[in-house]
Amino acid sequence: MRGLKQLTLVMFRLYLREPVATFFTLAFPPMLVLLFGAIYGNDPTPLFGGRGSMDVSVPTYVGLILGSIAFLGVPITTAGYREQGILRRFRATPMRPLTYIIADVLTNLLMTGLGMVLLVLVGWLIYRVRFEGSILSIGLATLLGGLAMFAIGYLIACAAPGARMAQVIGMVIFYPMMFLSGAGMPIELLPETLRRVSNFLPLTYVVRLVRGLWFGDPWSEHWLEVAVLGGILAVCALLDARLFRWE
Amino acid sequence: MANVVEVESLSKSYGSVRAADGVSFVVSEGEIFGMVGPNGAGKTTTIECVEGLRRPDTGRVRVLGQDPLAERQAVAERIGVQLQASNLPGRIRVGEALELMASFYMRRADTGSLLERLGLEEKRKAPVAKLSGGQKQRLFIALALVNQPEVVFFDELTTGLDPQARRSMWDLVREVRDQGRTVFLTTHFMEEAERLCDRVAIMDHGKIVALDTPEALIHSLDVGHRVVFTVTDGGQGLSLESLPGVERVEMSGERVTVTGRGEGFISTVIGALEKSRVPFRDLRTEQPTLEDVFLTLTGREMRE
Repeated sequence: MRGLKQLTLVMFRLYLREPVATFFTLAFPPMLVLLFGAIYGNDPTPLFGGRGSMDVSVPTYVGLILGSIAFLGVPITTAGYREQGILRRFRATPMRPLTYIIADVLTNLLMTGLGMVLLVLVGWLIYRVRFEGSILSIGLATLLGGLAMFAIGYLIACAAPGARMAQVIGMVIFYPMMFLSGAGMPIELLPETLRRVSNFLPLTYVVRLVRGLWFGDPWSEHWLEVAVLGGILAVCALLDARLFRWE
Repeated sequence: MANVVEVESLSKSYGSVRAADGVSFVVSEGEIFGMVGPNGAGKTTTIECVEGLRRPDTGRVRVLGQDPLAERQAVAERIGVQLQASNLPGRIRVGEALELMASFYMRRADTGSLLERLGLEEKRKAPVAKLSGGQKQRLFIALALVNQPEVVFFDELTTGLDPQARRSMWDLVREVRDQGRTVFLTTHFMEEAERLCDRVAIMDHGKIVALDTPEALIHSLDVGHRVVFTVTDGGQGLSLESLPGVERVEMSGERVTVTGRGEGFISTVIGALEKSRVPFRDLRTEQPTLEDVFLTLTGREMRE
C-alpha cells in the first residue's frame, strides 16, 4: 500500500479545490437547515412523534451528503479521470489498483465526516437539534451506507463513457431519489403512493438506518436496512471489480 | 552491451487491424533508440506492450530481463514512462504531482533538484491546468524520472510543441541519456529521429521496415548528393558533366542542380565552379534524409 497516505491526502485536497462538489457536500446541507428551519421551525409536532422538523431533518440530510458524493462526485471524478488518461498515468507506476480505490473511498468518507460535522454543528447551534443515539452507531451506519452508495457510484462510472455522461446518469438517479428517499425532506411529508416508491430506492435504506439509530433505535429494529445495504455493497463491489476500466 | 529491452515477434490486433505485426528488436544499454513512422504505424502499441500497459496477442517481451506483465510491479519500479494520452488532474499542483508520483516508488529522486533541472522550480505551486504545452511535457519528463529509472520511455514527447520547445526537449532527452539511462522513444518527426537517436527503427503498417543508425540508413539508400546554385549569366562555359562522380546536371532558368555521388563529389563540383570563373550565388548542398529513406522504403511521403 505504498503511496496510500500521499494519494489520499492529494485526493482530499483536490476535492476541496472543486467548488461545485465541495458546495454540495459541505455547504448545501447546512444551508437547507437554515432555509427549512426558517420555514418550519423546530417545534415538536405529532407528525414526527413529538420531535421538531429540524430534529428529524438533520439526520436525514446525512443521506443527502452521502448521495451527492456517491451519485455525483464518485462517477464524475472516476469517469473523468479515466477519460482524461489520469488513471492511465497511475497505472504506469508500481501503485496497485486497490491503493487507488482505497484512497478514493477514504477521501469520500473524510468528506462525508466533514460534511456531517458542519451539518450537526449548524443544527445544534441554531436549533439545538436532538441526538438520542450513540456516535459509534451513527459512524458505523454511515460507513455501511456510504460504502454501499459509493459502490453504486463506481458502477455508474463503469457504465458511463465519460465525465459528461456520468454526470447525466448521476443526476437522473440522484435528483428524484433526493426527495423520494426521505433524504431531502422527511418521508412523512410524502403521500402514501410515493412512500411505496421509496422502498425501491437504495438511499431510502441509508436514511432509515441513520435516522433510526440517531433517535436511539436498537440495531435489531433495522436488520432489514442492514441486510439491504450489505447486499447492495456485496453485489455492486463485485460488479465494480469485474467492470472497472482504467482506460 | 546488455540488452535493456528485447522484443520478439510481437503482434497485437484491434479487431481486424494488425497494430503490431511480428515486431522484433532490441534496445541496448545507454542508447537513445527511436521508433519512427506515420500515425497509426503501431509505435504506441509496441511501446505500450513493452511498458506492460498492453497485453500482446503473441510474442515475447523482456524489459531489464523481466516480463513487464507477469512482473509488473518489479518492472514498473525500474522504468520511467511518459505516455502519449495521459494527463494529471487539472487542479493538482506541480510540486504535489511530483511528490505523489514519487510516493509510489521505493527508489526516489530528489524532487527539488528534478524541478530545478527541468526549469519548473518557479511553477512548483502552479496548478497543472495552468501550464503551457512545453511546461506540461517537462513536468511529464520529471514524472518519468522521479524513480531514477534505468530505462525511460517517451511516446511522442514533442508532438504539439513549437520548434523551439521541441529542440529544448531534445536537449533534455540527451541529458537523460548522459546520466546513464537508456532511452526508448517514438516520434513521427523524421528529423527528430535523425538528430536525436543512436538507432532508429522505421515502422509502417505494424512492421519494422528498417532498423539501423540514421547514418547507415541514409547511406544504404545509395542516392546521390545534390549541389544546387544559381548562375547569373546563363552559365556560359560551364561544363560539369565530365567531372568524376557527377551523374546529372539539370538547369532550370538560372537554377543549376548537380546530382552525383562519391567521396569528393561536392568539393570537386565547387572546385570546378571556382576555376571556371562563372559567377554563381546561393550555393547549397542537399543530402538525403531519413525522410528520403522512408519514401524509398514505403513508396509514400511521410507527412504529419
